[in-house]
Amino acid sequence: MFTDYFNRFSWQDVQADILAKTDADVRRALQKDRCDLEDFKALISPAAAPHLETMARISQARTLKRFGRTIQMYVPLYLSNECQNICTYCAFSLDNQIKRKTLTDAEILQEVQAIKAMGYDHILLVTGEANQTVGVPYLQHAIQLIKPHFAHISLEVQPLDQTDYETLIAEGLHTVLVYQETYHAAQYKRHHPKGKKSNFQYRLETPDRLGKAGIHKIGVGALIGLEDWRTDSFFTALHIHYLEKTYWQTKYSVSFPRLRPIEVDKAGQSQVQEFHSYMSDRELVQLICAYRLLNDTLEISISTREQESFRDNIIKLGITSMSAGSKTNPGGYAVAPESLEQFEVSDERSAGEIASVIRKQGYEPVWKDWDVVYGG
Amino acid sequence: MQPLHIAGKAFQSRLFLGTGKFGSPEEMARAVRASGTELVTVALKRVDRETDTDALLAPLRTASLGLLPNTSGARNAREAVFAAQLAREALETNWVKLEIHPDPKYLLPDALETLKATEALAKLGFVVLPYIHADPVLCKQLESAGTAAVMPLGSPIGSNKGLRTIDFLEIIIEQSRVPVIIDAGIGAPSAAAKAMEIGADAVLVNTAIAVSHDPEAMAQAFAWAVKAGRLAFEARLAAAHDHAQASSPLTSFLKA
Repeated sequence: MFTDYFNRFSWQDVQADILAKTDADVRRALQKDRCDLEDFKALISPAAAPHLETMARISQARTLKRFGRTIQMYVPLYLSNECQNICTYCAFSLDNQIKRKTLTDAEILQEVQAIKAMGYDHILLVTGEANQTVGVPYLQHAIQLIKPHFAHISLEVQPLDQTDYETLIAEGLHTVLVYQETYHAAQYKRHHPKGKKSNFQYRLETPDRLGKAGIHKIGVGALIGLEDWRTDSFFTALHIHYLEKTYWQTKYSVSFPRLRPIEVDKAGQSQVQEFHSYMSDRELVQLICAYRLLNDTLEISISTREQESFRDNIIKLGITSMSAGSKTNPGGYAVAPESLEQFEVSDERSAGEIASVIRKQGYEPVWKDWDVVYGG
Repeated sequence: MQPLHIAGKAFQSRLFLGTGKFGSPEEMARAVRASGTELVTVALKRVDRETDTDALLAPLRTASLGLLPNTSGARNAREAVFAAQLAREALETNWVKLEIHPDPKYLLPDALETLKATEALAKLGFVVLPYIHADPVLCKQLESAGTAAVMPLGSPIGSNKGLRTIDFLEIIIEQSRVPVIIDAGIGAPSAAAKAMEIGADAVLVNTAIAVSHDPEAMAQAFAWAVKAGRLAFEARLAAAHDHAQASSPLTSFLKA
């Protein structure tokens, strides 16, 4: 399990190491065809900031070679906002007094129709963690309903046991996204004080359980805004490094969601909770390029959390997949457009608009790049 | 130049093209035309099997162009056989480029599963063109299994590193009774020409054309390189020597 490997590293040492990287370390990394995790530390360090243009050039060339002039398109479908966890940054948190909603069969199919009309063939199913209402049987049933309509089904829900994953894979699940949020155990506890989610280790070992279950693709990542992004990114890269060696038949993708404002209920009053931005646009580009220099084949996705102009300019720099026209509330596409969102989307342009932005840059939006014939 | 025959079909062009990684279907179509190719691969996973108006396929549906569906995404023989059957239905061809790579990172082919799938598909009447390592023994086994050609790699797929496996490719070409198509890693026209000079029957190119600055011009460059290499092979290219030829100093004592 990753825990054994993870425990050999100390957060403080890694952080100090990253901050101690020098210009010479960065230059060495930039000259190598194959970077290792020490090089990655240099590339995400403050010392790499003056080399951003060089990093972007290498990142672009390597991404082009592997993925060509293409961007994969996916869209989330929020099935439920019920949740038994308290997460300090999420609008679905148990302590937020909001109207809870879980889609029925008919509503799921209504949403599916709306999403198909947008052109999508790859879908990401999202729920909160509420085992009574949206446990494994609900997910299994949802996949059965959705499978005839999509070539690729991804899931972003609570961590499950290996046998549960095996059940869902047999139903047609291809990909699971499970972000550690932060690899800093104490901070993790602070941000997840209640619910099953407060078990750091169970979450940390989720990709192991997925790998053992034989999943096709795993998405990992850390939320940007909870802890020092550089150190969290190193541990994310370490996690991917471990997973690639251990579960070599599985594909990996990474994402780095920057926290967005959420709507919370404070004593009957609706308020917007802002987050201090821990990472600038320049730093996010640095991180994307650093990942690409470390790993030629890693899929990197950018969601509608990011702003229009940033998303437009990042297309050619190293990312491989994008969502567009996303709704982060259950029923958001057709059934109940006004229900509460998980977070406020930044880029509200439609899928069609994003597709034409991609095309204008000489890239092709790819709607279908999988087939149900290939198992989980 | 002699035509190439595979499973009863004659090809004037010995350049096959992959259709992935292009910036648009139009750009891909222009490159295909400029290359003069008569056979292009299409990933089944990219094809929308529910419509007849798939954006990727539409520009490829011309009389002079054969479609070669590939099974990219398959991790074992069972999935590959299933994919080939769906491809036969969707693309109306019994030709299949068999790709089985359980490793999604380097996309390296699985020899054991590929051999199994080739046997099964050949029995089902498919024209099988398997993507494999440059493994001469495997090539002979695939021949026995009924393969229509073999497609050994020059270097890791998408790497543009050229003919890193050349020593093994030469053995394969020497021994093979089916056409040898060098697939994967051919990053420059010079590498394609080299492959043809050593006697490969054809080459398959994708990344080097699709991600170049001008795919159409690059496709043309590859077309010329493949022709030049083939002509040189047919004209019996002189072997290279790194030393001067002495005028028989060791055997000049022998009477003529």
